[in-house]
Amino acid sequence: MHEMSIAMSIVESVVAHAQKEGALRISGVELLVGKLAGIEAESLKFCFSAAAAGTLAAKALLVVEEPEGVGECGECGMRFQVTFYYAECPKCRSLRITIVSGEEFLIQSITIEEEGEQENV
Amino acid sequence: MCDTCGCSADGGAVLRKPGESDYLMYVSDGNHGYTHHHAGEEHHSSANVQGEHHDHAHDYHHHESITRKIVLEQDVLQKNNLLAERNRGYFEARHIFALNFLSSPGSGKTTLLEIIIPLLQQRIPVAVIEGDQQTTNDADRIHALGVPVIQINTGSGCHLDALMVNRAVKELEVQDNSLLCIENVGNLVCPALFDLGEALKVVIISVTEGDDKPLKYPTMFHEADLCILNKIDLLPYVEFDVAKCRENAMRVNHHLEWFEVSAKSGEGLAILLEWLEHRLSHH
Repeated sequence: MHEMSIAMSIVESVVAHAQKEGALRISGVELLVGKLAGIEAESLKFCFSAAAAGTLAAKALLVVEEPEGVGECGECGMRFQVTFYYAECPKCRSLRITIVSGEEFLIQSITIEEEGEQENV
Repeated sequence: MCDTCGCSADGGAVLRKPGESDYLMYVSDGNHGYTHHHAGEEHHSSANVQGEHHDHAHDYHHHESITRKIVLEQDVLQKNNLLAERNRGYFEARHIFALNFLSSPGSGKTTLLEIIIPLLQQRIPVAVIEGDQQTTNDADRIHALGVPVIQINTGSGCHLDALMVNRAVKELEVQDNSLLCIENVGNLVCPALFDLGEALKVVIISVTEGDDKPLKYPTMFHEADLCILNKIDLLPYVEFDVAKCRENAMRVNHHLEWFEVSAKSGEGLAILLEWLEHRLSHH
């Protein structure tokens, strides 16, 4: 359910950036949503199109990159892929795991359309 | 409230005070066009842009529309996180120890507050922010204890955010050197993502829920600093494995402080209060 308010804040933010750049419209938005970020990417995409309606981002293509979670073992230091917070070290079986990536939640970039130089035909 | 159109911003969240039926404050950061958009205005600007573009498409002197990529690398929750840090700085400067209480609906957050506040109040002033979608029921219960309290009604919102707390604190007049208890909306999912500026997150579960709750809602337990298992007086009547639940919670977050209490019978509260008082004195 929080995906809707988050989608609205993303639209707000990218529209503000696009307006500052003098864009005609936003054609693309790239997000980085780690698999451990607590965000359902599919739900976010659905909400984004609703939140973007009637704004400069109305026709923007939303691309979501979902980096895998990576944990680091507090005992032996091994780094390995994790899908959840309660990971176990595959090497030493320790549960003292710290998440080192996969919690990212960023607006990576926006692609804007703007008026080009006037060309003489 | 928005001065232009009268709409309520921030998802329609409002502040209410028990015993003051006339009091109603809209949560809004007052910065127009940033917190919320007026559908009409957006529509106009969008229509203009599309209109212009349409004209150009039929113009023989081509104004080619070119695309450009702008790298932002901006945290999506940046606005909330920045405001949460402002709240945190305000709390630290005034020695306000803020606790964010999180749980499913019905696990006993308000009952626990009703029991521990009179005990804590003997050594430190306490103020409370209550979060619920609707009603001032919880704030009314806290108000009966005689402590300052304000209710945030989030309307359609499923969590408190830093802006709501920022506004609520201004209305509440929290004393210096005090304890601020923020009771979040009953929800084990969304509130985990929104920093309010608290010193500690306290997650509460009760024995009438499943002992696998930490595994089902790992984000919340991963974010929490302490976990309070409530309603242990009901253990003889329910199938709940305390050791298993604790193990599950520790697997998700091995830094979690663990407490077992009954807000009803008072069992285990002395240990919890001792821990809280220790943290308060070192704050």
